[in-house]
Amino acid sequence: MLKAMQSVLGLLMLLQSALAIAGLSIEIIGAGEHQIPVAIVPMGGDEKLAQAINEVVSGDLQRSGLFRLIDPAGKLPHQPSEVSYPDWQVRGAEAIAIGTVTTQANGRIEARFRLLDVVKHVELMGQAVSVGDGQVRAIGHRIADLIYEKLTGDQGVFSTRIAYVNRQGKKFSLIVADSDGYNEQIVLTQNEPIMSPNWSPDGGHLAYVSFETGHAAVFVQSLYTNQRKLVADFPGSNSAPAWSSDGKRLAVVLTRDGGSQIYLMRPDGSELRRISFSGGIDTEPNFSPDGQYLLFTSDRGGSAQVYRMPVEGGAAQRLTFGGGTSYSPRHSPDGKSFVYTHLSGGKFSISLQDFQSGQSEALTEGGWEKKPSFAPNGKLILFASEARGRGILATVSSDGRVKQHMFTQSGDAREPVWGPRL
Amino acid sequence: MKKIIVSIVLLNLLAACASNKPQETAAASAPAAAATAPVAAGGASTGATSTTQTVVDALNDPKSILAGRSVYYPFDVAAVQDADKPLVQAHAKYLSENAKRTVKLEGNCDERGSNEYNLGLGQRRADGVQKMLELGGAKAAQLTSVSYGEEKPKAAGHEEAAWSQNRRTDINYAK
Repeated sequence: MLKAMQSVLGLLMLLQSALAIAGLSIEIIGAGEHQIPVAIVPMGGDEKLAQAINEVVSGDLQRSGLFRLIDPAGKLPHQPSEVSYPDWQVRGAEAIAIGTVTTQANGRIEARFRLLDVVKHVELMGQAVSVGDGQVRAIGHRIADLIYEKLTGDQGVFSTRIAYVNRQGKKFSLIVADSDGYNEQIVLTQNEPIMSPNWSPDGGHLAYVSFETGHAAVFVQSLYTNQRKLVADFPGSNSAPAWSSDGKRLAVVLTRDGGSQIYLMRPDGSELRRISFSGGIDTEPNFSPDGQYLLFTSDRGGSAQVYRMPVEGGAAQRLTFGGGTSYSPRHSPDGKSFVYTHLSGGKFSISLQDFQSGQSEALTEGGWEKKPSFAPNGKLILFASEARGRGILATVSSDGRVKQHMFTQSGDAREPVWGPRL
Repeated sequence: MKKIIVSIVLLNLLAACASNKPQETAAASAPAAAATAPVAAGGASTGATSTTQTVVDALNDPKSILAGRSVYYPFDVAAVQDADKPLVQAHAKYLSENAKRTVKLEGNCDERGSNEYNLGLGQRRADGVQKMLELGGAKAAQLTSVSYGEEKPKAAGHEEAAWSQNRRTDINYAK
């Protein structure tokens, strides 16, 4: 009996710690140059759902740095006929979002939402969004995407997901979460290191490096079935998996023929062939969106720098110069620039280089900032940072103006990577 | 069967040098100790154990250079430094004379650089030690190398005191 009690207690404690992990705090630093003033009115209908949706939508828009939220201050219209435009003009709003949310008989949540132009007194869009039971955050992200797209003209990325590794002592977990860090799901937990998660272009699989076989080996895991396949396990190290944008090829780094060199294979591990031939460490390959080029890190010139080479072979071109060393390059979604980690004077920072001009600019002031990756719309960059002695996730807008820090509840967050738009 | 023999040999050795410290303590010594560890002290040092020293497996003798199991590096360097060469050469000689012993060479790095770059650097460090062991007479079949990059730091902290401990190849004998 006592034993049963103990195990129930243990279970409760486990539950509690799981809940604690779900907690997250976010800090926003800086603001965009031109912020669009918008009022997000809590929806009518189910008050609890409306409140939850309002928090998600407001949080998403605020973190983008492109919006200034106008307080509805007690005015709560839910239908266009209830909107008195002068009230909102006085408050300085250019747009106002209203609507209703209900739970249907089958448990699905449905939100009917409208975006109104306060200046022109017209409806910009009206849409019904519905999700399954319990996915209230997903509705919020969807609505935030619609508002973002209508008012900025760019793709929204709030409904996308991110992957990262959480390290707590010797325990490593591979995590997938919403773009705002909430809704964490553990893909894999073990007492051996996990490195370099990378999304398949359809968002259905993660390739990553695990040390569970005693050395670095590359796995591909389905996020739907959780089935995993060991795709590179040669003697030495197998690492740095990167998908081509058509999903048909995987670039990996193997040491089986000497130093770290880049190879191509199919995502199931077949048709392996070597494509880099240097005496140095060639690693961290990243495909260009058109599949023609690879960016990678190499120390062939004496120190670690970013290079580019044609996927089908040919001369590599060095892209980073000047003081310090450079690592972890990743193409922007439009293929016109790349982000990378720069180490100089003992500080790591996130830099952006434009391919055409060859000019690099630092997006962060430097500290312990590593491993950048673009959001699918190219407007935000996710990276690993450190604050209050812990590894955290951070984002910076591609113009460097707005930064946010996401604190997970415990452990060190590292190796983040932004997933594709589904 | 092989395992049992090894265990018996080990037991005998342990009995023979019961006054010696366990090898783990010796292996965990600071980088400087590895470089300056005196070469096999001979019989003059401790009266009680001196008579048994001739049969002691040098690997279990904390006074032997073989007690050093780690090779240390400057930042972003994979070549074995002059100070550590005698240590690696002593292990090569031991392995060439003890064909049944096998070692895993574990390359590690400090946390500067990307972890993928450091995985490559750690592999280069471990492979460099492996090559030197082979040149010194060890057989390839006795050796495997692995890199942990910056993923398994021995010391924590963003400062040289920790980093210098983490830039390391461990020579890890199979039990």
